Amino acid sequence: MNSLLPALAGGALIGLSAVLLMLAIGRIAGISGIVGGLFTGGAGRPGWRLAFVVGLVAGPFAAMLFGAPLPEIGIDASVPVTLIAGLLVGFGSRLGGGCTSGHGVCGLARLSPRSLAATLTFMTIGAAVVFIARHLLGA
Amino acid sequence: MRLLTALASGLLFGAGLSLSRMIDPSVVLAFLDFAAIPDGAWNPALVFVMAGAFLVTASGYALIFRRRTPLFAPGYALPGKRAIDGRLIAGAVLFGLGWGLMGYCPGPAIAGLGFGPAKTWLFVGAMLVGMALHHLLIERRRAPATTSGAIH
Repeated sequence: MNSLLPALAGGALIGLSAVLLMLAIGRIAGISGIVGGLFTGGAGRPGWRLAFVVGLVAGPFAAMLFGAPLPEIGIDASVPVTLIAGLLVGFGSRLGGGCTSGHGVCGLARLSPRSLAATLTFMTIGAAVVFIARHLLGA
Repeated sequence: MRLLTALASGLLFGAGLSLSRMIDPSVVLAFLDFAAIPDGAWNPALVFVMAGAFLVTASGYALIFRRRTPLFAPGYALPGKRAIDGRLIAGAVLFGLGWGLMGYCPGPAIAGLGFGPAKTWLFVGAMLVGMALHHLLIERRRAPATTSGAIH
């Protein structure tokens, strides 16, 4: 239970972030959309996208002020796997119109069937990859 | 105010990822490892993160959409597409492959740039290349009418 209360509270903070962005500027808090829009130019001026990204990078340090220490970041993946994963996540999130935040949080909150389909798909595929890597290949 | 509120929203998002430890890809992989449920090694934290985010976002959105417009913009930019098409599923499959390989998705990777290891930067760099490739190979070839899913 010790890790589940911070998980719930952290999720609520992510929800507050999404609510604030929609209330203030009418935007979905989907990270791949916000960052990917920097390439397309998106609709309107890009300044808010950069401001959000600056906040996102500073967020873990802001949490320290409220007593949440910086978590460890555990990465076992090799350099080639890291590069392949990054390419797939970048390309796939843009092709599918969203990632864990845009579809998994904001889209589900709007009860969007597209977001539900996308979320179920990437959860299933992600779980399948982990199963193959950990239990079939025994990595 | 647009920039300030976007900055504050990013701060909340990054703080939430840190507090919930979703910023750590090993925690995400431990969630995706459903075969570990019988051993008791499964980490259900992501379910609680999504539940907390869903409750706040769904109730917040419901209140917000009573307003005709956002506070500092002329309209809401909401995805207008409704159909579940091949592009959506193909994208989600590719995304899921990358997510499952490493446990990283865009938010946690970017939020970890300030204190993460070099591989966090490597992942974000590759992710930006992937996004740029999508823009060059697919987005720019589509008719302008279909490139934007936004309704204003």
